Amino acid sequence: MTERITTDDVTKVARLARLELSNEELEVFTGQLAGILAHADDIAALDLTDVEPMARPVPLVNVFRADVPGEPLDRDEVMASAPAPEDGQFRVPQILGDEA
Amino acid sequence: MTAREIANAVRAGERSAVEILDEHLRRIAEREPEIHAFNLVTEDHARATAAAVDAAVAAGQDPGPLAGVPVAIKDNLCTRGIPTTCSSKILDGWRPPYDATVVTRLAAAGAVAVGKTNLDEFAMGSSTENSAFGPTRNPHDTTRVPGGSSGGSAAAVAAGFTPISLGSDTGGSIRQPAALCGVVGVKPTYGLVSRFGLIAFGSSLDQVGPFATTVADAALVCEVIGGHDAGDSTSLPQAFPAVSEHLDDGVSGLRVGIVTEMMGEGIAPEVAAQVRAAADALAAAGATVEEVSVPAVTYGLSSYYLVAPAEASSNLARYDGVRFGQRVEAATTGEMMTATRTAGFGDEVKRRIMLGTFVLSAGYYDAFYGTALKVRTLIRRDFDAAYEKFDVLLSPTSPTTAFAFGDKTADPLAMYLNDVCTIPTNLAGHAAMSVPFGVGADGLPIGVQILAPALGEVPMFRAAAVLEAAAGGAK
Repeated sequence: MTERITTDDVTKVARLARLELSNEELEVFTGQLAGILAHADDIAALDLTDVEPMARPVPLVNVFRADVPGEPLDRDEVMASAPAPEDGQFRVPQILGDEA
Repeated sequence: MTAREIANAVRAGERSAVEILDEHLRRIAEREPEIHAFNLVTEDHARATAAAVDAAVAAGQDPGPLAGVPVAIKDNLCTRGIPTTCSSKILDGWRPPYDATVVTRLAAAGAVAVGKTNLDEFAMGSSTENSAFGPTRNPHDTTRVPGGSSGGSAAAVAAGFTPISLGSDTGGSIRQPAALCGVVGVKPTYGLVSRFGLIAFGSSLDQVGPFATTVADAALVCEVIGGHDAGDSTSLPQAFPAVSEHLDDGVSGLRVGIVTEMMGEGIAPEVAAQVRAAADALAAAGATVEEVSVPAVTYGLSSYYLVAPAEASSNLARYDGVRFGQRVEAATTGEMMTATRTAGFGDEVKRRIMLGTFVLSAGYYDAFYGTALKVRTLIRRDFDAAYEKFDVLLSPTSPTTAFAFGDKTADPLAMYLNDVCTIPTNLAGHAAMSVPFGVGADGLPIGVQILAPALGEVPMFRAAAVLEAAAGGAK
């Protein structure tokens, strides 16, 4: 875990997270992220061979609710706060032909 | 007046909820321009709620244990029809179509919500300086930060705008601002308070809790908002422990440990001295006090700043300009999403999203995220060992008193170090609270943290009540 993050890594990560960075931002963020990752060197040095990972404080169990219809969200109320509602749907720009 | 005093007077018909509300709105009008605790004050909505409380009392009904009590709500808790922003431009203008469970429960108990409080964007920060709508100022000294991320909720209570408020705590976001603003703040055991309607940051760490001026008020709010909720799959199948009925129990025989690792390097000597003074006060009241080593807590910061950003990067993927909030138009949907997120998120949020994306990416997952999760196990193990010998633990809440604006904004790691004593509790899923205890050389409040194991709220509140009395006596 001693490898540090490079500007190439940050460029890739920003693209995955759908964020656009200026060249100046790229330099600043890379330095800051490297600093935070360097702080984690202390745990990289630990022997954790027989330690189980803990992803959450409460063990995951299937939770079932009573099979009774509930009150759904009001569609007009939901759509009223959408950036571009149209006929009860979310309008988005062209998708086919998208680079993604 | 405390929340309990207000509720008693309103239930007895001695005071009207509208009159109580007006008093608090006057205080807000006087000082809010200087403090900026609120993103939004919902005066008309509050007035209608208060009038309904008064009507219920007049009709011989009991509005509930928080009858007529004004309350401020952190702006990352959904309020139906009322803008909820997380202090982020990306959610500006969004009106949730439902209430968070804690908001519903406060209303059902007769509380009067007066507005939405400022926070570090998406609860990421320790000073409220990361808000897209400008920082909140500490009511004790407006050149200082109120702490964060729930800085607005802490400041609202400290300034007397409301006797109680709600915050959320992912790594210290209730306890640290409570300490810096000189009020009581509680981070309950993970799963005791519903997260339904709390806008997610780190889902395995987030927990809602109260701010109050007294330990008894904080206990009451916990009992009102806590308990099982079918809307949250991590909600525990039980009520909040009945802490109110144990506030007068004292601490005779209680076993209290001072966490050695949280008393040394990086902690201001005056803060450590107050923790020792608090321990002395507990000992004088009949508790046994010893130092205890909890070695793995020193790895808390490293683990947290991998786990929390990892969870945040996933949770914040939903802000894509499609369903809610702001959109920056572009030629294609992919470009629209990138333009929206780039314009909508502030630097700290971007930093954590990128960090989280990185530590979850192929080739780094095991080394970073996997390691951090194993360290979580170590921390819980070391806490468990300590709690075999002790009922509660003591530490500073924050390493220093409130710092000046701009002091720690240049270096993210310097800001993160504010939470070194609070983070381990979230990683373990345990309970902890901050109680004001003395002041520093600058005259600003110091908070002492009481830590307890999962569901250890009763001994935690017993110790808090004794510290509150001792702090009052010392003044």
